[in-house]
Amino acid sequence: MRIAALARLPLVALLALTACPSKDQGSGLVGADAKGEIVIGHVASTTGNEATFGISSDRGFHLFFDELNAKGGIKGRKIRLVTLDDQGKPEEAATAATRLIASDHVSVLLGEVASTRSLFMAPKAQMAKVPMVTPSSTNEKVTAVGDYIFRACFIDPFQGYVMAKFARENLKLNKVAILRDVRNDYSVGLAKVFQEEFTKMGGTIAGNESFSQGDVDFKAQLTNIKAQNPEAIFEPGYYTETGLIARQAREAGITVPLLGGDGWDSEKLYEIGGAALEGAYFSNHYSVDDPSPRVQDFAKRYKAAYNILPDSLGAQAYDAAGMLADAMNRATDLSGPAIRDALAATKNFQGVTGSITMEEHRNPVKPAVVLKIAKGGKYEFVTRIEPPSAVAAVPTTPSQKQP
Amino acid sequence: MTEFLQHIINGLSVGAIYALIALGYTMVYGVLKLINFAHGDVFMVGAMMAFYTSSKWSSEAQHPTIGGAVLIAVISMAICGLIGFVIERVAYRPLRSAPRINSLITAIGVSFFIEYGGQVVFGPTPNAFGILPPLPPVQVGGLSIGAVDIITMAVALALMFGLQRIVFHTRLGTAMRAVSHNPDVAALMGVNVDFIISFTFVLGSVLAAAAGILFASKYPSVQPLMGLMPGLKAFVAAVIGGIGNVPGAMVGGLLLGLIEQLVSGYFSSQWKDAVAFALLILILLVKPSGLLGRATAEKV
Repeated sequence: MRIAALARLPLVALLALTACPSKDQGSGLVGADAKGEIVIGHVASTTGNEATFGISSDRGFHLFFDELNAKGGIKGRKIRLVTLDDQGKPEEAATAATRLIASDHVSVLLGEVASTRSLFMAPKAQMAKVPMVTPSSTNEKVTAVGDYIFRACFIDPFQGYVMAKFARENLKLNKVAILRDVRNDYSVGLAKVFQEEFTKMGGTIAGNESFSQGDVDFKAQLTNIKAQNPEAIFEPGYYTETGLIARQAREAGITVPLLGGDGWDSEKLYEIGGAALEGAYFSNHYSVDDPSPRVQDFAKRYKAAYNILPDSLGAQAYDAAGMLADAMNRATDLSGPAIRDALAATKNFQGVTGSITMEEHRNPVKPAVVLKIAKGGKYEFVTRIEPPSAVAAVPTTPSQKQP
Repeated sequence: MTEFLQHIINGLSVGAIYALIALGYTMVYGVLKLINFAHGDVFMVGAMMAFYTSSKWSSEAQHPTIGGAVLIAVISMAICGLIGFVIERVAYRPLRSAPRINSLITAIGVSFFIEYGGQVVFGPTPNAFGILPPLPPVQVGGLSIGAVDIITMAVALALMFGLQRIVFHTRLGTAMRAVSHNPDVAALMGVNVDFIISFTFVLGSVLAAAAGILFASKYPSVQPLMGLMPGLKAFVAAVIGGIGNVPGAMVGGLLLGLIEQLVSGYFSSQWKDAVAFALLILILLVKPSGLLGRATAEKV
């Protein structure tokens, strides 16, 4: 999701120095061949505008590896995590990845959260044949870079399926309108899959409108949608537009709920949209309110370590580390190709955010959660939607042609 | 039919905002023959100042009142008036005797300076804006009219009449028109040209701030680039109506708003900006002086 949000950030030309990782182990061959620690690199935005992304991910990774080291590590060897800051800048992410591969000789590269930055790192990892696992980059192009690039989250369009199923089976809706952001790959992908799946499940699409990212007035589209009398509006946009749309929908006299995806997930959403958003539903990767014991147990351990509840980035990082450790235990040795093969063979790995199975394009098949926006902007866990059983049924998307 | 009427109402509400911004554009142009491209950015600063004033005023931030909103608006309009004064003094006055293209390019520079300086000072992420208490929309038949839209329309009309009054019925207005005709002769007649030009800029910036605050109340999120598109649209509106002509700005703004909403409603929202700018080209080709503008032969 985060590609377009990033494009709005200014390029502040600041040259900053990242913390130097201590270069112990002296010898050139730490990583795969030595008998000492296994070094794993992590590139994250621990400073800058998206500092919370990087910090949460780093916490999730550290929590997992600390627990793993306490249990004896992988194949009797301890894990050492080296985190480099990219300040939220794609070029810095590429530099950090190169440095981790060339001078720290990491066995595996973890990161980034933002798809834009993962796309800058991925070619470096692919070229050096170092497996890379991104915990939270949902844009499909990331794993398409090459066969060494994996992710631990679902890809964007899967949420179109999730919301279609939720609207049809949980909310029992027959007629839903779609309002998509045509300038946003993410939104177009979700809307397309939603439309296909919802119609396949027997629903009808009443009203199909579009807007462009950056618009502030949506009254014309909402007036047209209102005339169609839908039972809900699927609006897979980002939070700024969604907040404005929610307000204008109420002003236009539309009272049916809005449905959306994880692009809504920001505290700014409710600040902008306010009470108009109450009763809306959106899909997300994870919810700390999910009552399943796996989530609650994880939340307790995370809280004990960092004194705050884990957000979805923390949970996804924890799962990415878990999935990686699972693969490294199964791998024949700890060389890049062996870890890669083991990662690609991941099947039914039981993570916090659900069961993960890797499909042929190195994207996991895993469940999503649906949240409801309650009074005061609090998110309520509603349900968990499992992916369609067959791996092949995960929708593939249209966006390759996008510039 | 209901949809059509609703599209018309939506169009007028968007148009009222364009008209409000266009008033400032057109007034500065009328006096100085300078297209102040920074106008849209002063508009943004107006909204930003209101945002910061209201967030510093804790009781108002939690429970906004109409009185508080008016006071906040007055404070940020005053700040923008000052900014307008400084912009003219620093960036435009030294270039007054230079060719007009120099001032135009400087105006573009000032605009970029405020936009990108604003990203550093205010941060690039949007902030939620709310200085008015929640006002329910007015429902008539199947139609709904936003309360802020009604306020915007009323403010735009009041400012239009106020400006007409200042320009045509006060000594100050007479001096403004004299400066507009020929600054050198006006100076010889005892008009303080520097004062008149500064006054025009301050007034224009105050109008921009008022428009910015109403815009942000209608679309409650503020960010440093928010003035870009509305500023361009208002420029188009001013040209359509006849740049330099006060009622023309009003007519141009409302017309542009209506066209945009009807295009979005019956064709596609992707076409609305293209149509707006196509209209600009058409007007410049067919009636360069604008709908209400009088054709004047430029003295060479």
